This record gives sequence, structure tokens and C-alpha cells, in this order.
Amino acid sequence: MLLAIDTSTGTSVAVVDRDRATHELRTLAEVGTDDTMRHAEVIGGFIRDALAEAGVEPARLSGVAGGMGPGPFTGLRVGIAAAHAFALGIDRPFVPVPSHDAIAWSRYTAGDEGPLQVVTDARRREYAISEYDGLDADGLPVRRSGPGLVPRDALPEPRGLRFEAAVVSAAAVGALAELAFAARRLPLTGDAPLYLRAPDVTPSAGKRVLR
Amino acid sequence: MNTREPLVLGIETSCDETGVGIVRGDALLANVIASSMEEHARYGGVVPEVAARAHLEALGPTIRAALAEASVDLDDLDAVAVTSGPGLAGALMVGVGAAKALAISKGLPIYAVNHLVGHVGADLLDSADPLETPTVALLVSGGHTSLLLVRDLVSDVELLGETIDDAAGEAFDKVARVLGLPYPGGPEIDRAAMGGDPDAIRFPRGLTRPKDLVAHRWDFSFSGLKTAVARWVEQREAAGEAVPMADVAASFREAVVDVLVSKAIDACTELGVPRLLLGGGVIANARLREVASERADASGIALRIPPLSLCTDNGAMIAALGAQLVMAGHAPSGLGFGADSTLPVTEIQVD
Ligand SMILES: [Zn+2]
Repeated sequence: MLLAIDTSTGTSVAVVDRDRATHELRTLAEVGTDDTMRHAEVIGGFIRDALAEAGVEPARLSGVAGGMGPGPFTGLRVGIAAAHAFALGIDRPFVPVPSHDAIAWSRYTAGDEGPLQVVTDARRREYAISEYDGLDADGLPVRRSGPGLVPRDALPEPRGLRFEAAVVSAAAVGALAELAFAARRLPLTGDAPLYLRAPDVTPSAGKRVLR
Repeated sequence: MNTREPLVLGIETSCDETGVGIVRGDALLANVIASSMEEHARYGGVVPEVAARAHLEALGPTIRAALAEASVDLDDLDAVAVTSGPGLAGALMVGVGAAKALAISKGLPIYAVNHLVGHVGADLLDSADPLETPTVALLVSGGHTSLLLVRDLVSDVELLGETIDDAAGEAFDKVARVLGLPYPGGPEIDRAAMGGDPDAIRFPRGLTRPKDLVAHRWDFSFSGLKTAVARWVEQREAAGEAVPMADVAASFREAVVDVLVSKAIDACTELGVPRLLLGGGVIANARLREVASERADASGIALRIPPLSLCTDNGAMIAALGAQLVMAGHAPSGLGFGADSTLPVTEIQVD
């Protein structure tokens, strides 16, 4: 049983479980908002509420899954920091999951088929983009390319469907972590957030300060 | 919860130091700091996005290191404390997100506290004689320059004045750049000032003219000083003259120190508070401590300076303030607080 957190768009927190006998994935609770400005404010209440709704004590969890983006950095970091700290608190593993994979998985399990282009807002007139080719035998999405950045006016034509996501479901993040764990396919991605951009810096102006 | 000597873990991420501290009441058990300062050096100042990325990487290892240093387990904790502001919003949010999740994972109360008041709280840790109030506090760092009147650490803190432009530490960084010295500027200026004459050049003292003293009695301004140093140096260079580095550095430093200490001592005298506490990273400047101590002595003011490891931004001071709030019987914060980059000093704890 996992706590799952994604703040790559709004804030989503879920508790998911995979039945060892039937292999059935279950979402025990999922709470969230598509507000992209208040991640730090809502994250704590959502974690508390998701656990309460699922009726699960933290110590019963076997790990914490975290959506690693891509997404606007400031909000994205809130969820990853929270997921890391919760995992540390319960002394269980932190499982990083690419947020686009969770979007693709949600679409395929909802009935989409074939090639799928997932896009999310990357700000600065760019999209974050990943392309998928369905689910594999383990039920995990097959990522053909991405995640990467493209200018908004240069979005490539999809080979099949295109889905622009405004929310990422933490339940899907958790489900992918459960599936990957069962199939011994972890890790799904590295421990670093999928920033896709170097930090924005204003380089030193040099010695002269008088203009 | 043990409310007499609570074991509190404090998380501080308001600027470029990832700090985690652990205290038991007013006893310091651990103070671990991971700094991203070196990453900022090439930019000549703190880059918020670089700082926030570094916090996310450093926080887990820093919490573990603090627990090891204190020889305590997360299960032993009575509360978690975290800086809610003021500071860099994106940097603060990393600490806030982590602190909330950590507290929930352990079923612990959380205390969201004010960074500036935390600097004052640092003085309580392991100190032989307790902090007396009221006291004036001068907090000087790369991010803030504030003069506070602390009547009661957990319930009554007033902002007397603050910088209206650059923080004092920033002025050191910018002048270091003018002099071709690396970041951070404080220690570099100190080194360059060795053997220099602090009275060689009379650089301006910001907001000390009579008309400034009406509207900005306790405020500071350092951007005019920085410009004056730059102009002075450029005029010498334009004239083909050598720049007397040691004299420029010593005279600049004297201008900063003079205005900081003068206003702090004046505040003590005018408000009838014979106590002054120093805090913030710039307190590492030996000349500042020296002048403060001379003038405090001359005015009969008791001067307190916490150990330097507790003056720079750190998690122990946040834990210390959290512990004081617990011991004073304050209720914990709710889970809805956020990062407030301009949190006023009167908000010692955020609900
Ligand atoms: Zn500070």
C-alpha cells in the first residue's frame, strides 16, 4: 500500500493498494485540486485527508510514490519534498514516477488505444511533451520519446491521439509504482525532478555597477 | 507531548542554507547545515532557483545527519518546527512541504515560525544566563537588515526598522564585486581591509541625516553607499591612479558598521532598553562585533552575541523558537500555512 503525491500541475494525493492475490489495483482515497498556486498550503491537509479517508495509519504504508514532473518547478518541488519527507518519516522507500507516464496510463486504462501524445503546460510559451505506444505486458506505458520541451507554436502533429493534461492523478502515480514494483521494473526514473530546464539565473553583471 | 523540555526538530530553508536542528527545551542537540553558497558564487549572489533545487536535494540527508548528531530517533520527537517566512518563496516552500509531511507521518504537532524571530531564539540555546527581555535585536545578513524590539520572544516582537533597499550582506557582496573580489563579499572585504585606514575615505552613512531621521529613524539604506564606493573607485581608475584597496575596503566596512551599530545603540538608549542582541551571518564580521562591543560598553548596554554557528541561518534556531512556543503553551499551527516571503516580524508563529 502506497501514499502517492503529485504536484506537477495542481496538487493530488492518493492512497493506493494492489491486492497480492487478485493483482487488482485499488484507489483507497484520492484528494486534490487543480489550483496551481497553493501547493505548499494544501499539501498537508490533503495528505491527512487521504490517509483518513483510506483509514490507513502511516506505519501501514509500504512506500511513498512521487510524481517527478515535468511541471512548473516551484510547485513540483513541494510534492517531491513532501513525498521524500513522508518516506523518511515512515522509514520506507520513496518511489519516483514520471508524471507524464501517469497521465498516459490514466488515458490507456480509460480506453484510449494506439499512439498517444501527452502535453502539459511548461510555461514560457512551451509545452512539455512525451509520446507513448500503449501499455506493455506489465501494464506500464511504453514511452517512445520525452519528456521534452517544444515551443507552443511548434507542437508536432501526433501520430495518433493527443491529450493535453491540466491535472495529474496521484492515484495513477501510485498505481504505476505498484505495477513497476510487482514487475520488478523499479526504478521508473531517477531521484532528480524532471526539470527539463537549467536554472534561470542572472549572471554576474561584472565589475562595473555604474551605468 | 513533553511540554517542559520538548524535543523539537527545526527545518530552515529561507535562503541558501538548508538547516536542520534538534533541541531539547533550550539545550542544543544538533545543528546541521548544507549550504549551496558555492553554487551561487559564480553568479555573485543567491540565485533563488539554484537555492530551491539545492534544498530539495539536501533536505533528506540533512535531516538524517541531524538525527544522527543528536542521537535521537524520529519517534522521540515532540514537535516539528519550520520557517514559514520571510525569505525566498520557492526555497521556503521546500521546507514547508517537507515539514508538513514529516509531521503527519509521525503524528506530530507542527509549529510554523518566523525566521527573524528565530535568529533571536538562537540566543537561548546552551546559554549560561537566560535572555532577558525587553531587548533590542540587530539582525544582519545577506537577506535582511532588521532592528527589532523584543518584549517577549513568543508573544511580543516589534519591527523598529529595516533596510529600505539592499541588505548589509548584499552591500558587502556588491562592493566586493566592485573591488574585483569573489563572492561572498563579507570575508573578502575583511581580508582586503587588513592594514587599511577606516578613516581614509568618508563614505556616506545611509539614512542618518536629520531629515532622514524623521521618516526613517531606525531604517537602513546601503545602495547609496555601494554606489559611492563604485564611483570613488571608477574615478580613481579613470584618472589612471592606483586604487588603495585596503583603505577603500576598510572605509566601506566602517561606514556599514558605523551606521548599524549607531542605530542599534541609539535604539537601546532612546527606548530605555539596556540590552542588545546581535544575529545573522554578517555578525561573523569581526569589526562589527568589535565596534558593537566598544560602544555597548561605553553606553552601559549589555551585548549578547550567540555563537557564530547559530548566527548564520540554521535549523537549530527554528527548533529553539518552536520549543519556546511549546513550553509557553501555544497551540500548534494548522496544516494550511504556506510560505510567506514577506512575513511580518509581529507574526512570530503562523496559524
Ligand atoms: Zn537569516
